[in-house]
Amino acid sequence: MNWSDALIQLQYDLGAPQELSWLVEGVTYFIGAFVIANAALVLALLLIWITRKVISRIQDRIGPNRLGPYGLFQTVADAMKLLSKEDIKPKSADTLSYFIAPILSVVGVLMALAVIPFGAGLIGADLNVGVLYLVALGSIGIMAALMAGWGSNNKYALLAGFRVVAQLLSYEIPMVLAMFAPVLLVGTMRMQELSQAQSLYLGPINLGLGWFVFLLPGAFLIYFIAALAESEQTPFDLLEAESELIAGFHIEYSGMKFAMFFLAQFLNSFFLGAIAVALFLGGWQGPFAGQVPLLGPIYFFAKTFFIYIVIQWIKGTFPRVRIDQMMQFAWKVLVPLVLTLILAQMIIMKLPLPMWLNYVLVLAANIAVVLAVLNIMGDYFKREQVRTKRAFAPKSLIGTMQPVSSSSGD
Amino acid sequence: MPELPFPLPPLPTVAQVVFILIAVLAVIGSLMVVLARNLFHSALGLVAAFFGAAGVYIVAEAEFIGVSQVLVYVGAISTLITFAIMLTRGMMFGATSPRNRQSGTAAIITVLAFVVLAAVLQAIPWPQVGEPITDGQVIIAGLGYAFVNQYVVPFLLLAMLLLVALAGAIMLARDRK
Repeated sequence: MNWSDALIQLQYDLGAPQELSWLVEGVTYFIGAFVIANAALVLALLLIWITRKVISRIQDRIGPNRLGPYGLFQTVADAMKLLSKEDIKPKSADTLSYFIAPILSVVGVLMALAVIPFGAGLIGADLNVGVLYLVALGSIGIMAALMAGWGSNNKYALLAGFRVVAQLLSYEIPMVLAMFAPVLLVGTMRMQELSQAQSLYLGPINLGLGWFVFLLPGAFLIYFIAALAESEQTPFDLLEAESELIAGFHIEYSGMKFAMFFLAQFLNSFFLGAIAVALFLGGWQGPFAGQVPLLGPIYFFAKTFFIYIVIQWIKGTFPRVRIDQMMQFAWKVLVPLVLTLILAQMIIMKLPLPMWLNYVLVLAANIAVVLAVLNIMGDYFKREQVRTKRAFAPKSLIGTMQPVSSSSGD
Repeated sequence: MPELPFPLPPLPTVAQVVFILIAVLAVIGSLMVVLARNLFHSALGLVAAFFGAAGVYIVAEAEFIGVSQVLVYVGAISTLITFAIMLTRGMMFGATSPRNRQSGTAAIITVLAFVVLAAVLQAIPWPQVGEPITDGQVIIAGLGYAFVNQYVVPFLLLAMLLLVALAGAIMLARDRK
């Protein structure tokens, strides 16, 4: 049963007249939107705390531990500080775009919540174009970054705005195409049906382990890399490269307006993880989720927090890539590979073979793509290391240098 | 309750209220496109107008077209326009006049286009759908089948056109050495 049907039924049971059905539905959807949007804002406090704790552990620190148990309320105190800060607007900033940009960035991220299936029947709106809707939301974030970059009337903000648009547009293509691999497999864009399709029946019992990541590891890998770039996380956090751009497109923002950009970024990485879970990691499926519906949301959040922690782990481990490396990787590696993958999957699914053989072939194509990504990246970084070594060699050695042999440990 | 001397107009339905709000957004956006003194504000108005159009599609229960509208027009075309404005020096900051010598001609052509469009829209016998469309998924699948069966030649021609445009853009932008 859907949550909205249950809530509508409850209102009628409480004595709401039948002829006011539009009001009852309106109240239902308002309650749903209100709860889900505010829960997301509370979630952001938790996410920031997790990030700080994970990063501190990686850096051999303890992290926040004074306020509340395990320092849980540190973020609340930080939010209070940001709220009480003076609201500054640069004198020559463009008022309209300067003030709308932070709101737009949060709205674009929160709207994704509407189609994320947290459990069986727990979805804001099961749109028939769910996946496409998620894709379209990305463009709101791009507009917000452009407006902030241009509106604050600052060179660095504008440059960062250009950068962020180039990055988001480039990585949107592989991300979207990888998202369509499960869509092609199931033949629907409804998020709830995509989650339901990832069940695995052993006789009458739903093991809930038919996750698409086992069938489409290549698509999952490409989606995950592109999602890291889309949520502006390390190693793709170029737009806040402090040494080059000071702080990114939100350099002129302070107080609560800055907090909104910050919030949007954290929530965005969490929601991209949630989409990865819904599309590739089985959504709310898991052992006995079919029998005990309460397990569904628990599985979903457990998986999503796991992905989020992995993202923070990457953040604490990897160095930042250069802008030319980032663009090359998107256009020369990810886009051709994901196009090949989707084309191969389309052809394989149409072959007149038994079902299991089709799946095996799809899996083989995916594994080939994973190997290709790893191979290309390994080659690239090998060459890059040699180049850097030569660039930093003393000037007196120029001309006398021998070519680096491949077995020298580079 | 005392008798009113005239009948009250019927209350608008929820769908009508939503439509009016969206239409106001689209109209304000369109007015901003032509009246703003700053070119960047014009581009923002265009984005608002695109969102309004997407909202109209969604009110008409054509979610697929509505979402595609956001994806293509807001995501790609308006970003392109904004970039073009930003890369044009001197256009970005400072006011430009929204009027030029061709205002009169433009006004005449606009009014004529409006008259023609209004007449055409009035004359068309719009088909009445008996019951609301419940399953949009069938429509999307039907669209897909139509593209590869009935309309395969125009579809491929469009794809070729886009490919040629893409190759041309790369040729124009490439490093000449």
